[in-house]
Amino acid sequence: MRTGSRLPDETFRYAMIACGLSVAVVLGLILYELVVNSSLSLHQFGWRFFISQTWDPVKDQFGALPFIYGTIVSSIVALVLAVPLGVGVALFITEMCPQRLRGILSFSTELLAAIPSVIYGLWAIFVLVPILRLYIEPGLMRYFGWTGLFEGPPYGIGMLAAGIVLAIMVVPIISSLTREVLSAVPRNQREAALALGSTRWEMIRIGVLRNARAGILGAVILGLGRALGETMAVTMVIGNRPEIAKSLLAPGYTMASVIANEFTEATGRLYLSALVEIGLALFLVTIVVNALARLLVWSVTRGLPARVHAQ
Amino acid sequence: MGVGIEVESLNAWFGATQALQDIGMRIAPNHATAIIGPSGCGKSTFVRCLNRMHETLPETRVTGKVRIGEMEVYGDGTPAVLVRRQVGMVFQKPNPFPAMSIYDNVAAGLKLNGFRDRRKLDEIVERSLRMAALWDEVKDALKKKSGASLSGGQQQRLCIARALAVEPNVLLMDEPASALDPISTGKIEDLIFQLKENYTIVIVTHNMQQAARVAEFTGFFLLGRLIEFAKTEKIFTNPSDKRTEDYITGRFG
Repeated sequence: MRTGSRLPDETFRYAMIACGLSVAVVLGLILYELVVNSSLSLHQFGWRFFISQTWDPVKDQFGALPFIYGTIVSSIVALVLAVPLGVGVALFITEMCPQRLRGILSFSTELLAAIPSVIYGLWAIFVLVPILRLYIEPGLMRYFGWTGLFEGPPYGIGMLAAGIVLAIMVVPIISSLTREVLSAVPRNQREAALALGSTRWEMIRIGVLRNARAGILGAVILGLGRALGETMAVTMVIGNRPEIAKSLLAPGYTMASVIANEFTEATGRLYLSALVEIGLALFLVTIVVNALARLLVWSVTRGLPARVHAQ
Repeated sequence: MGVGIEVESLNAWFGATQALQDIGMRIAPNHATAIIGPSGCGKSTFVRCLNRMHETLPETRVTGKVRIGEMEVYGDGTPAVLVRRQVGMVFQKPNPFPAMSIYDNVAAGLKLNGFRDRRKLDEIVERSLRMAALWDEVKDALKKKSGASLSGGQQQRLCIARALAVEPNVLLMDEPASALDPISTGKIEDLIFQLKENYTIVIVTHNMQQAARVAEFTGFFLLGRLIEFAKTEKIFTNPSDKRTEDYITGRFG
């Protein structure tokens, strides 16, 4: 019998503990740095920083609300567009697509995720924004103007453009994760639904989607994470104006964008500190949104097995 | 009430491989008919052709005629969905819907048919669970517990209840007890005994004793062909074909 030394095992154990801890340490350090570097602004404005709408570097008045609003609204617009599309793509690939097309389609959706965001931004400026300005936004104003969500001059750039670009960037994440989840639903669930006499859509609804909903929500959360933090493409099309407007056609600003845009030109320590505090706000918003999303997953799956075991 | 099944020159393929060759069979109403044979002989494929489940797998093909009662299963005007609503199926591995409660599992087929009357639904769910001999074990947790929280044997009886709830004429069972322990198997066999008074049952089984216990008629399949089809007694005591005799005496398979 081999009586090997316990050393390799122990080394491995500590190495793995170190890896696990490093995540928590990095998170802690980020939080620490954000708080320390924004202390000036934290002391100056206190909690009002998060509810004030004024962003006036000349007068040293800083408030984060327009940015928080912009980040959340652009992400919501993105999800509203990307969730049906992403889940639809995944359903098509797993349930309906001819075998030969399947590989090509999944590969191309994943390729979309690999395109740098600056490219999406450029495409949006040169292609998407003119189309929005000339065709889509006037149409939205005419038919949905009564909602109040589509009014004001159709600039092209603005919250809607940012939301659409984000949606395009989020679709591959949602669709490829959803595809994994859907293909993990065992065939016997589909057969159970079919044998009861369900049509294809009913089979997908009760045999597939219902079993996969926790996983699909997980995919949406990851997509949301991407949308909240995305910087470059959004900065290029959102219009960069720190104002809260009800209309989606109006320009806005996001937390990530203002940091990227103004960090290099932030003169004055308070200005810099306020920008760091925006980073802190982004950090907190991300945590809160993720926590809420997890709560949602938990409440949907409570009492039921979170995952259908593949056979 | 159960109806008879007539099968005429049925052929089935997986891609280029022919799984069934020229099957002809008349299955009597309100009796249990067992389909036996070694692995890969086409017995599962055969029952899956009876309710058009075979064609849901990719690259499969079926030719021939199947008539269930008055219904031409492969007739031009017969939608597969309609066939499957009149023919219940129970699979080898219990497959309740894990994201649904016990109640919703049983009601799933009815809800698909647009059934909305709550009181009637309650009645049918109870009746189906009673028929599947599961009611007493689950009546206190109908809407609280998931279909997946039950034991394997209970899950299989839940699947039987689910299939019975839509009041099919025919019940197909594809090795319904092969994943279960002996006690659960016994319960399922008792159940088949009771159900065949009202349903035509076709049961695929690996287990020859099981066929002898529950079925009046038995078909022996080998390499995609129906070798012999007769009263169960005759198949097991005095088969006409040498290959049937070899199989039931354990010389192969």
